[in-house]
Amino acid sequence: MRRLQRIWNSDVGYSFRTSPVAMGAALVAFLCVFFAVFAGWVAPHSPFDLATLDLADARLPPAWIAEGSAKFVLGTDDQGRDILSALMYGARISLAVGFASVILSVIIGVAFGLLAGFLGGWVDAALMRLCDVMLSFPAILVALLIAGVGRAVFPNAPDNLALGVLIVSITLTGWVQYARTVRGSTMVERNKEYVQAARVTGVTSLRIMRRHVLPNVMGPVLVLATIQVATAIITEATLSFLGVGAPPTSPSLGTLIRIGNDYLFSGEWWITIFPGLMLIVIALSVNLLGDWLRDALNPRLR
Amino acid sequence: MNTKQQPASGDALAAAPSDRQSAAVRTAAEPLLRVKDLVVEFPTRAGTLRALDKISFDIAPGEVLGVVGESGAGKSLTGAAIIGLLEPPGRIAGGEIVLEGQRIDNLDHEAMRHIRGRRIGAIFQDPLTSLNPLYSIGRQLIETIRTHLPMSEKAARARAIALLQDTGIPAAEQRIDHYPHQFSGGMRQRVVIALALAAEPKLIVADEPTTALDVSIQAQIIALLKKVCKDRGAAVMLITHDMGVIAETCDRVAVMYAGRIAEIGPVHEVINHPAHPYSAGLMAAIPDITIDRENLHQIDGAMPRLNAIPPGCAFNPRCERSMDRCGRERPELLSAGPTRAACWLHAAEAAT
Amino acid sequence: MALVQADDLAMSFDVSAPWLNRVIERTPRLLLHAVDGVSFEIEKGKTLALVGESGCGKSTVARLLVGLYEPTRGGFQFDGANAHATYQSAAGLQLRRRIQMIFQDPYASLNPRWVVEDIIGEPLTEHGLITDKATLRTRVEELLESVGLAAQDRIKYPHQFSGGQRQRISIARALATQPEFLVCDEPTSALDVSVQAQVLNIMKDLQRRLGLTYLFISHNLAVVRHVSDQVGVMYLGRLVELADKQELFANPRHPYTRMLLDAIPKMHDTGRARTPVQGEVPNPLSPPTGCAFHPRCPHANARCHDERPKMKMIAGVRIACHAAEENRI
Repeated sequence: MRRLQRIWNSDVGYSFRTSPVAMGAALVAFLCVFFAVFAGWVAPHSPFDLATLDLADARLPPAWIAEGSAKFVLGTDDQGRDILSALMYGARISLAVGFASVILSVIIGVAFGLLAGFLGGWVDAALMRLCDVMLSFPAILVALLIAGVGRAVFPNAPDNLALGVLIVSITLTGWVQYARTVRGSTMVERNKEYVQAARVTGVTSLRIMRRHVLPNVMGPVLVLATIQVATAIITEATLSFLGVGAPPTSPSLGTLIRIGNDYLFSGEWWITIFPGLMLIVIALSVNLLGDWLRDALNPRLR
Repeated sequence: MNTKQQPASGDALAAAPSDRQSAAVRTAAEPLLRVKDLVVEFPTRAGTLRALDKISFDIAPGEVLGVVGESGAGKSLTGAAIIGLLEPPGRIAGGEIVLEGQRIDNLDHEAMRHIRGRRIGAIFQDPLTSLNPLYSIGRQLIETIRTHLPMSEKAARARAIALLQDTGIPAAEQRIDHYPHQFSGGMRQRVVIALALAAEPKLIVADEPTTALDVSIQAQIIALLKKVCKDRGAAVMLITHDMGVIAETCDRVAVMYAGRIAEIGPVHEVINHPAHPYSAGLMAAIPDITIDRENLHQIDGAMPRLNAIPPGCAFNPRCERSMDRCGRERPELLSAGPTRAACWLHAAEAAT
Repeated sequence: MALVQADDLAMSFDVSAPWLNRVIERTPRLLLHAVDGVSFEIEKGKTLALVGESGCGKSTVARLLVGLYEPTRGGFQFDGANAHATYQSAAGLQLRRRIQMIFQDPYASLNPRWVVEDIIGEPLTEHGLITDKATLRTRVEELLESVGLAAQDRIKYPHQFSGGQRQRISIARALATQPEFLVCDEPTSALDVSVQAQVLNIMKDLQRRLGLTYLFISHNLAVVRHVSDQVGVMYLGRLVELADKQELFANPRHPYTRMLLDAIPKMHDTGRARTPVQGEVPNPLSPPTGCAFHPRCPHANARCHDERPKMKMIAGVRIACHAAEENRI
């Protein structure tokens, strides 16, 4: 409790309190996450429970248009699934994949960056060349490649595996930016006198990296991670749209967009537009939060 | 030559009172720079902080005034306020700065830009960052000269070469086209001095000009600064924390504490017979290379932070000789013999 | 026997351009001889001060003595044993308990994310000297009080302290393992004068009480006069003069020492004219031949240009100068 109070009263907390954009973005993001996590309880329908679907409800427009019904606020898709509920379940997948890939990227990237920055020499050279190689692959291509290989190796893969492959492919190119940032900060901290003092005392390099340097280089990582959640969600949506991401049985927002795309020109715009809007709202709010965080943590602007 | 402004070397104590008096009279009559009740504030989210609290002092033409104090005392801020380079949100919140009879604290950017360089020159601490690494020093010198003085390119270049020779740069005709990274630290500081003098200002504000240099170079730069300013009759406001530099260069010195002036007077008086307990403590705390001492005198405690300045005299919680009055009323600069000190111990003297 | 005995200590850094550049541009390897053959002894309980200007190698000597670098030549004995061999071996941790260091920058020498208790307690836990939390806390409080801070300060973060207080925390950390030898790298250069006085007084006091031996690095000769017993003057990686403090300040023999003492602005000298030193410290990457000081020395002769002077004992003072040897000055 005291720690929370301290954060609230700190410079960063003050910056948050006085920034309507940050507070608004945080609220929106929180709401999205809330609905995604508690979709099972909050959603008015369960769109992926085949027993509750009724084809008679298919392709109903949103409630405020004629022919719509209040039962399905945002309309239904071609199989009678409620769009609003599908949004919530879809957001759940999108957010889960986004967060999971970011967390994995952070762990790998920070570890590599610390090692490269602290040990220097050939370790540094090797890891940085690896980064360069990873950067030369576009994320989508890597994901397509891995998904393709995955499908060939596990033709009857369950949904979870598909999501796992998705997370891995986004992580594979996402860790690089953390590694680079952390490497730079580590090289600065390595020469500071508190690190030298620890070495004089006889602390091993590994412990110095973990206990001394790591807490001091995490600042920029936080900012990057926040912004990368949005990027990861959009990448996942792209992959799903292309058909190599989340399967239709547990669709993410991207999958929903793809499904709805076919009906766009027959006039049933709501099937694709609402998932698209939801995607934009999530990505935008997370991006704005990340922007605010970067400025709040920047010592020069304080 | 303004010899009358400088006390005769070694005999400051024995100098006739009329000498100092005439200097004081002259200062009072036509000071080059007059700072009166200057207040500089910083609005923060925790309230407004007063970084400078009613500072007043004068600088006579050709005089070298030292401003000494520890970190947080406000000496760099004073220099910045005078040059007009206070970093926002800091701002001048009161008082006035008068240069040659004209008020300069309330001028707009454009007007201040003309004053800076032409009438006030500045020398900063770090010669590395004072010069633009992308342009040759000749280019920077000529640009400064031509901004303030109507001159052709050729004439400005000749003048720049003369300036470089004056500041002791060897082979000035060739080196004028060199870039800052081709000079060593001491040489760069000489170039910075040349830049400051380029438009013949009447006042030079030097903020820690020798702190970043080696000891042997320090001596050279100090001697150079003294010489070129004396030759041109320019006054110098020398801001530093190094009392040795002050002792060797300055005519008068102002000791600052917590945004106020604690004592101001002729340099050898302040050093040898400090009238303010803080000045006295400071002089006693400085290790002297000429004598051996078992323990250095220490002033317990630390300079108060800007948001925690005690009422009355800012130094009173740390002062061994504080009285009741010190905690209530803030003392003005009172006459204490040859110097003026902001201390109630001298109230009796002022009355007489 | 002296506690610390350095013998021809030397450290060179390879500052060559990367291999590819060297091959393409055909430039040779570039070695920076930061320390080039330094020998001295420090008796137990005494303070040796090393002074010099930038590039003279005094900070490198400090880091050599605490095992942050390995010398490229020579070495030093600590309490009779070869120190660098010990640093490499399993007994290295033991040695690090007995030798500690205080750094120059009070703002960078404490981890900003750690509380004071952890900072001071780290050497104790690292060496396994104290494992029980309560004992650790008591010891940390003891250490804080011994440097003039309050016991409750242990729960605070470094940014809540001033520069002088942080330096005291550094001293407390250095004393945690009860070392015998402290290497102090310009510990007061970044501090205000009045704070410097406090810290120097504490250091002298601790030396008296705990029988500590100090190696004190500084560029400020006035401070050196105050704290040292012996003074060594360094120039471009070499020791030029090594003498007892009184002797050095009363009778400086080496021309560089004389010029250095002369160059320092003095508070109580009444404006007498000084002859400032000519020239600047040369680039350490290409030091002058023979005696490193000869281009700036008023007494230099041909021998000074060709032959590097060795440290010799002349009139009770160790000095590396041909002119002094030949009795020309």
